[in-house]
Amino acid sequence: MFKAKVLVKRRPSILDPQGMAVEKGAKHLGFNNIKETRIGKYVEFIVDTEIRSSAEKEVTEYCDKLLINPNLEDYEYTLEEIL
Amino acid sequence: MKPKFGVVVFPGSNCDHDAYYALKKNLGLDVTFLWHKDTNLQDCDVIVLPGGFSYGDYLRTGAIARFSPIMNSVINFSQKGGHIIGICNGFQILLEAQLLPGVLLKNKSLQFVCKDVYLSVENNETFFTKGLVKSKPLKIPIAHGEGNYFADSNTLKSLIKNNQIVFKYTSSDGKSDDESNPNGSMMNIAGIVNKGGNILGMMPHPERACNPVLGKNDGSLVLGAIVKNFMN
Repeated sequence: MFKAKVLVKRRPSILDPQGMAVEKGAKHLGFNNIKETRIGKYVEFIVDTEIRSSAEKEVTEYCDKLLINPNLEDYEYTLEEIL
Repeated sequence: MKPKFGVVVFPGSNCDHDAYYALKKNLGLDVTFLWHKDTNLQDCDVIVLPGGFSYGDYLRTGAIARFSPIMNSVINFSQKGGHIIGICNGFQILLEAQLLPGVLLKNKSLQFVCKDVYLSVENNETFFTKGLVKSKPLKIPIAHGEGNYFADSNTLKSLIKNNQIVFKYTSSDGKSDDESNPNGSMMNIAGIVNKGGNILGMMPHPERACNPVLGKNDGSLVLGAIVKNFMN
Protein backbone atom coordinates (compact mmCIF):
# COMPACT_ATOMS: atom_id res chain seq x y z
CA MET A 1 0.00 0.00 0.00
CA PHE A 2 1.05 3.57 -0.57
CA LYS A 3 0.20 6.80 1.13
CA ALA A 4 -0.20 9.63 -1.37
CA LYS A 5 0.17 13.25 -0.34
CA VAL A 6 -0.99 15.72 -2.97
CA LEU A 7 -0.34 19.44 -2.86
CA VAL A 8 -2.68 21.49 -5.05
CA LYS A 9 -1.48 24.97 -5.92
CA ARG A 10 -3.22 27.75 -7.75
CA ARG A 11 -1.36 28.53 -10.98
CA PRO A 12 0.90 31.58 -10.67
CA SER A 13 -1.02 33.44 -13.38
CA ILE A 14 -4.34 33.09 -11.53
CA LEU A 15 -5.38 35.78 -9.09
CA ASP A 16 -5.90 34.53 -5.52
CA PRO A 17 -8.36 36.88 -3.77
CA GLN A 18 -8.39 34.59 -0.72
CA GLY A 19 -4.61 34.78 -0.31
CA MET A 20 -4.74 38.55 -0.73
CA ALA A 21 -7.42 38.87 1.97
CA VAL A 22 -5.48 36.67 4.38
CA GLU A 23 -2.38 38.74 3.77
CA LYS A 24 -4.32 41.86 4.74
CA GLY A 25 -4.88 40.14 8.09
CA ALA A 26 -1.15 39.50 8.34
CA LYS A 27 -0.48 43.22 7.83
CA HIS A 28 -2.99 44.07 10.59
CA LEU A 29 -1.05 41.74 12.89
CA GLY A 30 2.16 43.54 12.06
CA PHE A 31 3.77 40.85 9.86
CA ASN A 32 5.38 43.34 7.54
CA ASN A 33 7.72 40.87 5.84
CA ILE A 34 4.96 38.50 4.66
CA LYS A 35 4.43 38.73 0.91
CA GLU A 36 2.67 36.85 -1.89
CA THR A 37 0.39 34.67 0.26
CA ARG A 38 -1.22 31.99 -1.93
CA ILE A 39 -3.75 29.49 -0.64
CA GLY A 40 -3.82 25.93 -1.96
CA LYS A 41 -5.09 22.52 -0.85
CA TYR A 42 -3.58 19.42 0.66
CA VAL A 43 -5.14 16.01 -0.05
CA GLU A 44 -3.96 12.66 1.30
CA PHE A 45 -5.20 9.16 0.64
CA ILE A 46 -4.18 5.49 0.49
CA VAL A 47 -3.58 3.68 -2.80
CA ASP A 48 -4.21 0.00 -2.18
CA THR A 49 -1.69 -1.68 -4.48
CA GLU A 50 1.78 -3.19 -4.07
CA ILE A 51 3.11 -1.86 -7.37
CA ARG A 52 4.58 1.63 -7.29
CA SER A 53 4.15 2.33 -11.01
CA SER A 54 0.43 1.53 -10.93
CA ALA A 55 0.01 3.62 -7.76
CA GLU A 56 1.65 6.53 -9.56
CA LYS A 57 -0.63 6.07 -12.56
CA GLU A 58 -3.71 6.05 -10.35
CA VAL A 59 -2.67 9.15 -8.39
CA THR A 60 -2.02 11.06 -11.60
CA GLU A 61 -5.36 10.06 -13.09
CA TYR A 62 -7.22 10.93 -9.87
CA CYS A 63 -5.56 14.36 -9.83
CA ASP A 64 -6.10 15.07 -13.52
CA LYS A 65 -9.71 13.91 -13.63
CA LEU A 66 -11.07 15.16 -10.33
CA LEU A 67 -8.76 16.67 -7.73
CA ILE A 68 -7.51 19.57 -9.81
CA ASN A 69 -8.87 21.82 -12.51
CA PRO A 70 -6.02 22.26 -15.02
CA ASN A 71 -7.33 25.71 -15.99
CA LEU A 72 -6.78 26.85 -12.44
CA GLU A 73 -4.36 24.63 -10.57
CA ASP A 74 -1.08 22.68 -10.65
CA TYR A 75 -0.16 19.83 -8.33
CA GLU A 76 2.73 17.81 -6.99
CA TYR A 77 2.64 14.62 -4.96
CA THR A 78 4.70 12.17 -2.95
CA LEU A 79 4.09 8.43 -2.60
CA GLU A 80 5.31 6.66 0.49
CA GLU A 81 5.13 2.90 0.87
CA ILE A 82 3.40 1.83 4.07
CA LEU A 83 3.30 -1.62 5.64
CA MET B 1 -44.23 22.40 -31.11
CA LYS B 2 -43.03 23.93 -27.84
CA PRO B 3 -39.87 22.40 -26.34
CA LYS B 4 -39.98 20.09 -23.35
CA PHE B 5 -37.62 21.22 -20.58
CA GLY B 6 -35.77 18.95 -18.17
CA VAL B 7 -34.41 20.39 -14.91
CA VAL B 8 -31.59 18.30 -13.42
CA VAL B 9 -31.70 17.82 -9.66
CA PHE B 10 -28.31 17.32 -7.99
CA PRO B 11 -27.94 16.88 -4.24
CA GLY B 12 -27.60 20.48 -3.11
CA SER B 13 -29.40 22.09 -6.06
CA ASN B 14 -31.62 24.84 -4.65
CA CYS B 15 -32.94 26.62 -7.73
CA ASP B 16 -34.39 23.49 -9.33
CA HIS B 17 -37.89 24.30 -8.09
CA ASP B 18 -37.55 27.95 -9.11
CA ALA B 19 -36.64 26.86 -12.64
CA TYR B 20 -39.47 24.30 -12.70
CA TYR B 21 -42.00 26.85 -11.43
CA ALA B 22 -40.92 29.58 -13.87
CA LEU B 23 -41.07 27.24 -16.87
CA LYS B 24 -44.29 25.47 -15.85
CA LYS B 25 -46.38 28.18 -14.20
CA ASN B 26 -45.04 31.44 -15.58
CA LEU B 27 -44.35 30.26 -19.13
CA GLY B 28 -46.86 27.39 -19.30
CA LEU B 29 -44.35 24.85 -20.66
CA ASP B 30 -43.93 21.10 -20.36
CA VAL B 31 -41.16 20.51 -17.81
CA THR B 32 -39.90 17.57 -15.80
CA PHE B 33 -37.29 17.00 -13.10
CA LEU B 34 -34.32 14.77 -13.99
CA TRP B 35 -32.68 13.03 -11.01
CA HIS B 36 -28.87 13.12 -11.07
CA LYS B 37 -28.60 9.33 -10.67
CA ASP B 38 -30.76 8.67 -13.73
CA THR B 39 -29.39 8.52 -17.25
CA ASN B 40 -32.62 8.94 -19.21
CA LEU B 41 -33.25 12.50 -20.40
CA GLN B 42 -36.93 11.64 -20.99
CA ASP B 43 -37.08 13.13 -24.49
CA CYS B 44 -36.43 16.64 -23.20
CA ASP B 45 -35.48 19.22 -25.81
CA VAL B 46 -33.73 21.66 -23.48
CA ILE B 47 -31.81 20.62 -20.36
CA VAL B 48 -31.46 23.07 -17.47
CA LEU B 49 -28.62 22.68 -14.96
CA PRO B 50 -29.96 24.80 -12.10
CA GLY B 51 -28.33 26.92 -9.43
CA GLY B 52 -27.40 25.78 -5.95
CA PHE B 53 -24.52 24.16 -4.17
CA SER B 54 -24.27 20.72 -5.76
CA TYR B 55 -22.41 18.29 -3.50
CA GLY B 56 -21.88 21.16 -1.07
CA ASP B 57 -19.48 22.77 -3.57
CA TYR B 58 -16.83 20.50 -2.04
CA LEU B 59 -13.44 20.39 -3.78
CA ARG B 60 -14.46 23.04 -6.34
CA THR B 61 -17.86 24.36 -7.42
CA GLY B 62 -19.43 21.87 -9.83
CA ALA B 63 -16.45 19.48 -9.69
CA ILE B 64 -18.30 16.48 -8.29
CA ALA B 65 -21.68 17.08 -9.94
CA ARG B 66 -19.86 16.91 -13.24
CA PHE B 67 -19.41 13.13 -12.68
CA SER B 68 -23.04 12.39 -11.80
CA PRO B 69 -24.53 9.62 -13.99
CA ILE B 70 -26.93 12.08 -15.66
CA MET B 71 -23.98 14.20 -16.84
CA ASN B 72 -22.80 11.48 -19.25
CA SER B 73 -26.21 11.65 -20.92
CA VAL B 74 -26.09 15.46 -20.88
CA ILE B 75 -22.64 15.42 -22.53
CA ASN B 76 -23.84 12.94 -25.20
CA PHE B 77 -26.92 15.11 -25.73
CA SER B 78 -24.73 18.19 -26.21
CA GLN B 79 -22.52 16.38 -28.73
CA LYS B 80 -25.62 15.69 -30.83
CA GLY B 81 -26.45 19.41 -30.77
CA GLY B 82 -28.89 19.22 -27.85
CA HIS B 83 -29.60 22.51 -26.08
CA ILE B 84 -28.36 23.03 -22.54
CA ILE B 85 -28.55 26.02 -20.24
CA GLY B 86 -26.50 26.16 -17.05
CA ILE B 87 -27.48 28.82 -14.52
CA CYS B 88 -25.11 29.84 -11.71
CA ASN B 89 -23.96 26.50 -10.21
CA GLY B 90 -25.11 24.97 -13.52
CA PHE B 91 -22.64 27.27 -15.31
CA GLN B 92 -19.91 26.14 -12.90
CA ILE B 93 -20.75 22.49 -13.70
CA LEU B 94 -20.56 23.16 -17.47
CA LEU B 95 -17.09 24.67 -17.01
CA GLU B 96 -15.91 21.70 -14.92
CA ALA B 97 -17.29 19.34 -17.58
CA GLN B 98 -15.31 21.38 -20.12
CA LEU B 99 -18.44 21.95 -22.17
CA LEU B 100 -17.62 25.66 -21.87
CA PRO B 101 -14.17 27.29 -21.60
CA GLY B 102 -12.71 29.14 -18.60
CA VAL B 103 -13.26 29.05 -14.83
CA LEU B 104 -15.24 30.93 -12.20
CA LEU B 105 -13.16 32.24 -9.31
CA LYS B 106 -14.26 33.64 -5.96
CA ASN B 107 -15.83 37.07 -6.27
CA LYS B 108 -13.22 39.80 -6.15
CA SER B 109 -14.85 41.20 -2.99
CA LEU B 110 -14.76 37.69 -1.41
CA GLN B 111 -18.41 38.29 -0.52
CA PHE B 112 -21.51 36.43 -1.59
CA VAL B 113 -23.40 38.89 -3.77
CA CYS B 114 -27.19 38.70 -4.00
CA LYS B 115 -28.84 41.57 -5.91
CA ASP B 116 -30.47 42.62 -9.15
CA VAL B 117 -28.03 43.46 -11.92
CA TYR B 118 -28.38 44.67 -15.48
CA LEU B 119 -27.16 42.66 -18.45
CA SER B 120 -26.45 43.73 -21.97
CA VAL B 121 -27.19 41.26 -24.74
CA GLU B 122 -23.89 41.15 -26.63
CA ASN B 123 -24.89 38.56 -29.19
CA ASN B 124 -28.54 38.17 -30.18
CA GLU B 125 -27.86 35.70 -32.96
CA THR B 126 -27.70 32.58 -30.76
CA PHE B 127 -30.38 29.96 -30.18
CA PHE B 128 -30.78 31.36 -26.66
CA THR B 129 -30.86 35.06 -27.43
CA LYS B 130 -32.29 35.60 -30.91
CA GLY B 131 -35.12 38.11 -30.54
CA LEU B 132 -33.66 39.87 -27.48
CA VAL B 133 -33.00 43.57 -27.97
CA LYS B 134 -29.32 44.56 -27.79
CA SER B 135 -29.90 48.14 -26.73
CA LYS B 136 -32.18 47.29 -23.80
CA PRO B 137 -30.39 45.93 -20.69
CA LEU B 138 -32.15 43.08 -18.87
CA LYS B 139 -32.76 43.31 -15.13
CA ILE B 140 -32.03 39.89 -13.64
CA PRO B 141 -30.77 38.92 -10.16
CA ILE B 142 -27.48 37.25 -9.27
CA ALA B 143 -26.74 35.25 -6.11
CA HIS B 144 -23.26 33.75 -5.92
CA GLY B 145 -19.91 33.73 -4.16
CA GLU B 146 -17.91 32.37 -7.10
CA GLY B 147 -18.92 34.11 -10.30
CA ASN B 148 -15.71 35.88 -11.20
CA TYR B 149 -15.17 34.67 -14.77
CA PHE B 150 -11.56 34.07 -15.73
CA ALA B 151 -9.96 32.69 -18.89
CA ASP B 152 -6.39 32.78 -20.21
CA SER B 153 -5.69 35.29 -22.96
CA ASN B 154 -5.96 32.76 -25.81
CA THR B 155 -9.33 31.53 -24.58
CA LEU B 156 -10.55 35.09 -24.17
CA LYS B 157 -9.41 35.98 -27.70
CA SER B 158 -11.21 32.97 -29.08
CA LEU B 159 -14.41 33.86 -27.15
CA ILE B 160 -14.33 37.35 -28.66
CA LYS B 161 -13.47 36.14 -32.16
CA ASN B 162 -16.29 33.60 -32.22
CA ASN B 163 -18.82 35.97 -30.68
CA GLN B 164 -19.34 33.62 -27.72
CA ILE B 165 -19.81 36.33 -25.09
CA VAL B 166 -23.57 36.57 -24.82
CA PHE B 167 -24.26 38.63 -21.68
CA LYS B 168 -22.22 41.32 -19.92
CA TYR B 169 -22.86 43.10 -16.63
CA THR B 170 -23.79 46.74 -17.21
CA SER B 171 -25.39 49.71 -15.50
CA SER B 172 -29.12 50.31 -16.01
CA ASP B 173 -28.30 52.48 -19.01
CA GLY B 174 -26.11 49.82 -20.59
CA LYS B 175 -22.63 51.00 -19.57
CA SER B 176 -20.22 48.12 -19.00
CA ASP B 177 -17.52 49.25 -16.54
CA ASP B 178 -15.87 48.38 -13.20
CA GLU B 179 -18.73 49.94 -11.28
CA SER B 180 -21.31 47.70 -12.93
CA ASN B 181 -19.15 44.58 -12.48
CA PRO B 182 -20.47 42.76 -9.38
CA ASN B 183 -17.79 40.07 -9.06
CA GLY B 184 -14.63 41.04 -10.94
CA SER B 185 -15.36 38.99 -14.08
CA MET B 186 -13.04 39.62 -17.01
CA MET B 187 -14.66 42.01 -19.48
CA ASN B 188 -17.80 42.02 -17.26
CA ILE B 189 -18.68 38.59 -18.66
CA ALA B 190 -21.98 37.25 -17.26
CA GLY B 191 -22.77 34.55 -19.81
CA ILE B 192 -21.14 32.68 -22.69
CA VAL B 193 -22.04 30.05 -25.27
CA ASN B 194 -19.89 27.25 -26.69
CA LYS B 195 -18.58 27.45 -30.26
CA GLY B 196 -21.44 25.26 -31.47
CA GLY B 197 -23.94 27.69 -29.95
CA ASN B 198 -26.03 24.97 -28.30
CA ILE B 199 -24.75 25.39 -24.71
CA LEU B 200 -25.28 28.53 -22.63
CA GLY B 201 -23.76 29.22 -19.22
CA MET B 202 -24.78 32.28 -17.23
CA MET B 203 -24.38 33.43 -13.62
CA PRO B 204 -27.59 35.53 -13.39
CA HIS B 205 -30.89 33.75 -12.62
CA PRO B 206 -33.55 34.33 -15.32
CA GLU B 207 -35.87 31.88 -13.51
CA ARG B 208 -36.07 34.33 -10.59
CA ALA B 209 -37.34 37.12 -12.82
CA CYS B 210 -40.34 35.60 -14.55
CA ASN B 211 -43.23 37.02 -12.60
CA PRO B 212 -44.27 40.71 -12.60
CA VAL B 213 -45.55 40.19 -9.03
CA LEU B 214 -41.91 39.83 -7.99
CA GLY B 215 -41.13 43.19 -9.56
CA LYS B 216 -39.13 41.85 -12.49
CA ASN B 217 -40.02 39.94 -15.58
CA ASP B 218 -36.95 40.13 -17.85
CA GLY B 219 -36.05 36.49 -17.13
CA SER B 220 -39.13 35.43 -19.03
CA LEU B 221 -37.77 37.29 -22.07
CA VAL B 222 -34.66 35.05 -21.96
CA LEU B 223 -36.55 31.80 -21.38
CA GLY B 224 -39.27 32.92 -23.81
CA ALA B 225 -36.67 33.55 -26.53
CA ILE B 226 -35.47 29.95 -26.17
CA VAL B 227 -39.02 28.66 -26.69
CA LYS B 228 -39.57 30.89 -29.70
CA ASN B 229 -36.27 29.99 -31.31
CA PHE B 230 -36.89 26.28 -30.77
CA MET B 231 -40.22 26.56 -32.56
CA ASN B 232 -38.74 28.39 -35.54
